[in-house]
Amino acid sequence: MDDREDISRRSFLIRSCASLGSAWIATHLADIAGAQEHAHRAAISQTSIKFEFFTSEQAAETEAIAAQIIPTDDTPGAREARVIYFIDKALATFAADDRPAFVQGLKELEKRSRKRFGKTKRFSELGSEQQTEVLKEIEKSPFFELVRTMTILGMFSNPEYGGNHDQIGWKLLGFQDDFHFKSPFGFYDAEYKS
Amino acid sequence: MAHEPVKFDAQTDIDFVIIGAGAAGGIIARELSTAGFRVVVLEQGPYVTEKDFEHDELKYMRQRAITNDYKRQPNTFRATEKEKAKVQPAIIYGRQVGGGTVHFTANYWRFHEIDFNERSRWGSIAGSEFADWPITYAELEPYYTKTEWELGVSGLAGASPFDPPRSKPYPLPPLPIKSSGALAERGAKKLGWHAFPAPMAIISQPYRGRSACLHCGFCEYFGCEAKAKSSTLATVIREAEKTGLCEIRADSYVRKIEVNKAGLVTGVTYLDNSGREHFQGAKAVVLCANGAETPRLLLLSQSPQFRHGLANSSGKVGKYLMFNGHARASGLFEHPLNEFKSVAVSRVIHDFYDSDPKRGFYGGGGIDMRFVSYPMNFALGGLPPDSPRWGPQYKALLREHFTRTVHATGHTTSLPVEANSVSLDPRVKDAWGLPVVRITYKDHAEDMKTMQFFQARCKELIDAAGPRKLWTREVRNQSFGYHLLGTCRMGNDPRTSVVDKYHRAHDVSNLFICDGSSFVTSGRGQPTCTIQALAFRASDHIIRMAKNGDIKSGI
Repeated sequence: MDDREDISRRSFLIRSCASLGSAWIATHLADIAGAQEHAHRAAISQTSIKFEFFTSEQAAETEAIAAQIIPTDDTPGAREARVIYFIDKALATFAADDRPAFVQGLKELEKRSRKRFGKTKRFSELGSEQQTEVLKEIEKSPFFELVRTMTILGMFSNPEYGGNHDQIGWKLLGFQDDFHFKSPFGFYDAEYKS
Repeated sequence: MAHEPVKFDAQTDIDFVIIGAGAAGGIIARELSTAGFRVVVLEQGPYVTEKDFEHDELKYMRQRAITNDYKRQPNTFRATEKEKAKVQPAIIYGRQVGGGTVHFTANYWRFHEIDFNERSRWGSIAGSEFADWPITYAELEPYYTKTEWELGVSGLAGASPFDPPRSKPYPLPPLPIKSSGALAERGAKKLGWHAFPAPMAIISQPYRGRSACLHCGFCEYFGCEAKAKSSTLATVIREAEKTGLCEIRADSYVRKIEVNKAGLVTGVTYLDNSGREHFQGAKAVVLCANGAETPRLLLLSQSPQFRHGLANSSGKVGKYLMFNGHARASGLFEHPLNEFKSVAVSRVIHDFYDSDPKRGFYGGGGIDMRFVSYPMNFALGGLPPDSPRWGPQYKALLREHFTRTVHATGHTTSLPVEANSVSLDPRVKDAWGLPVVRITYKDHAEDMKTMQFFQARCKELIDAAGPRKLWTREVRNQSFGYHLLGTCRMGNDPRTSVVDKYHRAHDVSNLFICDGSSFVTSGRGQPTCTIQALAFRASDHIIRMAKNGDIKSGI
C-alpha cells in the first residue's frame, strides 16, 4: 500500500488518543488560516448566523452531543459558548475531510436513539439521562472522539473562530489572554520569600 | 532609516551558502557577514516576524504545526531496523527564519564539564558508542559567554552549586519567580536539593534595543510578539542583514549539495515556493539544517564521488540520533498557580545532573517545574489519566485543574546508539518527490532506567511541595523527538565521525556542518545553548581558515 495514502486519510478516525487533537490540527493547518478569515467575515457581517454545512437538524443533534460533553450547569457550557458555530465552520472549511464521518456518525446515533427509546425520538429530543446513556455506549468510538475534539476546539479556541463566545470557555478554566501580566502571577509566588 | 536587505543576483560571487536560518545558521550568518564575507542563507520556511505572530492556539498550537508540515513533509517511524517504518509524526523542528529558536521554550542551560568527557570518566557502555567530545568545556566556555551576551540570557551566576565555571555573569537578572518555581523551591528545600533561577533566553530587562518580557505566557510553540525571546530572528539575523553582505532567502528548500570532480562543494540546488529549481554557487557551504534535515540532505546528495551520500565515508551520517529522555510527575495544588502567565520555567534543579555509579546505571539530568498547557490542549488531554473525558465531572475538573496543575519535568541523557538514526525512507516521498526522513529510535535500556529514576525524583519533588493530588504517567520508549542530536557527530577520527573539531566535514574540505547533529553526547536535555555556543566557535574557525586561504573553493 502506498504510505502516502495513509497521510491523506489520516484524520480523526485513525486513532483515539489524547494527542489526536494536535496531530489533527497539524494536518489541517494550511486551511485553518482560511477558516479564521471566514469566521472573522461572518462575525463582522452583522447578519444572523446561518449554518454553512449543517442542516438545522444536524446542528441540533450535534449541539445536543456537545452540550453533554461540556454541559451547562451553574456556569455556561458548550451550548452558550456557541460551539456549534465553530463546528459548522470547521466542517465547511478546514475540516471538510471529516464531513462523511460526521454525517454518518449522526445517522448512526439517530438509529441508536430510536432503537432504544422509540421511533419518534431523535437524540436531541431525549432527556438528559437518556442522552448520557446513549453516549456512554459510543464513547470509545471514533465518531465520539471526533465530536469531543471539535467541541473542545470550539469551546477553547479564539472567539474569532465562531465558538468560545464571550470567552465562556476561557472563563471556565480561569485563563486570560492578555499581552501583559505582572508578578505575582499566582498564589505561591505571591507568598514566596527567598 | 529603514534598511533594505541585500539581494544578490546570480552573477555575484558568494563566499558562503548557509543552509538553514535557525539556532546555528543565524549566528554563523551574522559572524561571517560581519567579517566581510558575502553570505546567502537558504531557509526552507517562510520569513515571518513579530508582526505576524499571534496568540492563537488553533493556528499556532504547539507551533509544531507551522514548523515541519506533516502534510507536505511527512516522516516515518520505526523502533528498530527490523520493522517497516510507518508514517507518523516523529520529529518537530522550526521551519521559518529563526528556526526552532522562534518557538522554543527558551531554557538555556550550558552543558557541564562532564558532558564533554563522560566516556573517559564513566567507561564504555554496551550497546552504545559513548564517546568523548573532541573539545572540552574550557574550550567552549568563551563561546557560552558570547552566546549569552550576544543573544541576551537571563539568569543568576553562582546560584546553582553544580554550575560549571563561567568567565562572566549572565547579562540579565533572572525573570520573576512563578508559583511553579516557588513550589519547586519549597519541595527542594525539604528534600535537601537546590532549586536555582532558571537560565532563560528571554530578556528580563530591556537589552540592545529590545524590550523586556511582558509575561504574556505564549512562549513555547509561539513566536514572541514582543521580541523578548532571544531567537536568532529577533537578534543576529537582523544584524546579519544590516551588514549589507547577507541575504536571507526564505522559502528555499535545498534538495542537493553539488560537488565537482575533485569532490569539492560548488553550491546547492534548491526549490523556491513555486517549485522552480535554482542553483546557488558558493566557495563553501555551511550546513545548519538541524539534526534530521542535515543528515537527510547529505544522504540525498549522492554523486559518483559520494555514492553513500556526501561526507559519509564513515557511514555515520544519520547515526546516533539522540532525543534526550523525559520524565514527569504532576500535582494539583490547593490555590491557583496561574501558570499560563509568564515564561515556562523559573526554577531548575541540577542535584542529579551527574551520573552516579551508586544508582547502578548510567545517566543524569535536570528537573524543572512547569505547566505549558494552553486551553485547547489542556482540555484535550491535560487532566490526570483517571479523569472522566466528558460530562459534568469533566467540566468541573477542567475548572479546578487548569490554574492549579503543575508538572515536575525531568530532562535526561540519551546514549548514542548506532541503530537510532535518520535515514531516507525507501517508499514515502514528500510533496516535492524527495524521500522523507525515516526515524529509527528505541531508548537504550540505561536511558529507560534514567527516565524511571527521574520520574521517581519528580514524584518526590511534587510530593514534598504538598499537593492535593499527585499523579504520573508510565515511562515508555519514546517515539517523538523535540531535540534532534548527534547525527553527524564531531570527532578526531574520520572513520567514526562526520566532522572534525572545527565542524569541517572530514571528507569535504569546503563543507562545514554545525547544528544539533554535531553533538557527540546528548547533554541533559537543553541543547540550544550548546548548539549556539558551537555556532559562535565554528564561525571563528571558519573565518580564520577563510582568511588564511585554507578553504579551497570548488567553483
